[in-house]
Amino acid sequence: MGTFRKLLIRPIFDENPIALQILGICSALAVTAKLETSIVMSLAVIFVLAFSNLSVSLIRNHIPASVRIIVEMTLIASLVIIADQIIKAFAYDISKQLSVYVGLIITNCIIMGRAEAFALKNPPLESLMDGIGNGLGYTAILLTVGFFRELGGAGELLGIRVLPLHTEGGWYVPNGLLLLPPSAFFLIGLIIWALRTWKPEQVEKE
Amino acid sequence: MSNDSTSKTLLVALGVCLVCSVLVATAAVTLKPMQEANRERDKLRNILLAGNLYEKGMDTKRLYAERIRSRLVELESGRILPESEHTNALNPETFDIQAVSKDPDLSNTISRDADPADIDRLPRYMPVFEVTDGDSVTQLILPVYGKGLWSTLYGFVALDRDLRTIRGFTFYEHGETPGLGGEVDNPNWKRLWIGKQAFDADGALRIRVVKGSVAPDDPDARYKVDGLSGSTLTTRGVDNLVRFWLGEGYRPFLDRLAASPDVSP
Repeated sequence: MGTFRKLLIRPIFDENPIALQILGICSALAVTAKLETSIVMSLAVIFVLAFSNLSVSLIRNHIPASVRIIVEMTLIASLVIIADQIIKAFAYDISKQLSVYVGLIITNCIIMGRAEAFALKNPPLESLMDGIGNGLGYTAILLTVGFFRELGGAGELLGIRVLPLHTEGGWYVPNGLLLLPPSAFFLIGLIIWALRTWKPEQVEKE
Repeated sequence: MSNDSTSKTLLVALGVCLVCSVLVATAAVTLKPMQEANRERDKLRNILLAGNLYEKGMDTKRLYAERIRSRLVELESGRILPESEHTNALNPETFDIQAVSKDPDLSNTISRDADPADIDRLPRYMPVFEVTDGDSVTQLILPVYGKGLWSTLYGFVALDRDLRTIRGFTFYEHGETPGLGGEVDNPNWKRLWIGKQAFDADGALRIRVVKGSVAPDDPDARYKVDGLSGSTLTTRGVDNLVRFWLGEGYRPFLDRLAASPDVSP
């Protein structure tokens, strides 16, 4: 497998930032009640992660050690503001639902983590791929969780009725728990369990 | 030059800040017109939502033009201003609550103890929106606002033609905690308001947002709305602002309407 392809694919199942590294859980709980918000949040994180990795990598040989973290934070915060502005301009309704969580991408540990662990030590193109790859890993979990929460909690997908609700003459009784944030905890736990059963090498050594 | 020398550190910090600020400023400035158009459309949609006219996928602007007639009310007298008295700042279609309440000519300070909604300055004029069905007015939609826990909540209350029954309630702008106070956006909670009585038969203001839920056998249940669990202060803010605007702000206007049901200026 080529290096770039590996950088893109590995974070999805083998080194998933949420499932293996357990980073970025907070937003995964907060925005996944609907598939639509999960998609927009994922795109925003891919955008920020790709460009923060790229920009940190571009100046990695010039960042003074004493201001390393603050330089990274400045780059990340600027990218998050830009992502937030774009969402407000092109997807206003979703931006209202995402409320503070777009801004909170700044504190998403995946982004800082990848900048520190990867972009500081690797050339720009590899860093860009690593950023997109980790963004896709985050996306994979968010979409899975969002899919089950919206389908089970509201009987809808992307706002379209899939399971006919009993209140409207159908047969499906929606599970209200799935609309609440704790359900995302259970779902992510189940995903981690499934992943580690499939790939036992991800299980931490005792 | 070593990376850790003072001059290099300053240079890198300055360079990064400069590039980032240019990028952020460009994004903010170029996208602003679109964001404002979105905000405006969202406000119109919330007027329609308060009046229970809007359903997903409808053309907001057309529906608004068809069913809503905007008016400007002088709060103190309750008089509707004829269109000849509208100006740039005083136009119900473009009315900017924040700008008007900052303008000393268009707003008055209110004393601390007469200000339960915590708005500091009361505009002298407010827009109101009539829902029309053919020639007759079926509902009145009143903008309301006031402080919650973190932010000022801006919303609309829809009153029935009888001027007592609430027909809808919605907020279009607030910064309350998502999941707690932010639940003012929850459609299930907003639905609780429909059919509640703001005033009793004697015209006394009775509506309250109570802590917890309203007991179904409460004889006053029609005057009470469930509070939001986990957000005492937002709930109190909503209670205060609704009572302030219905009981004080729009009182002269509502009294005047009740005395002469013909609302045309």
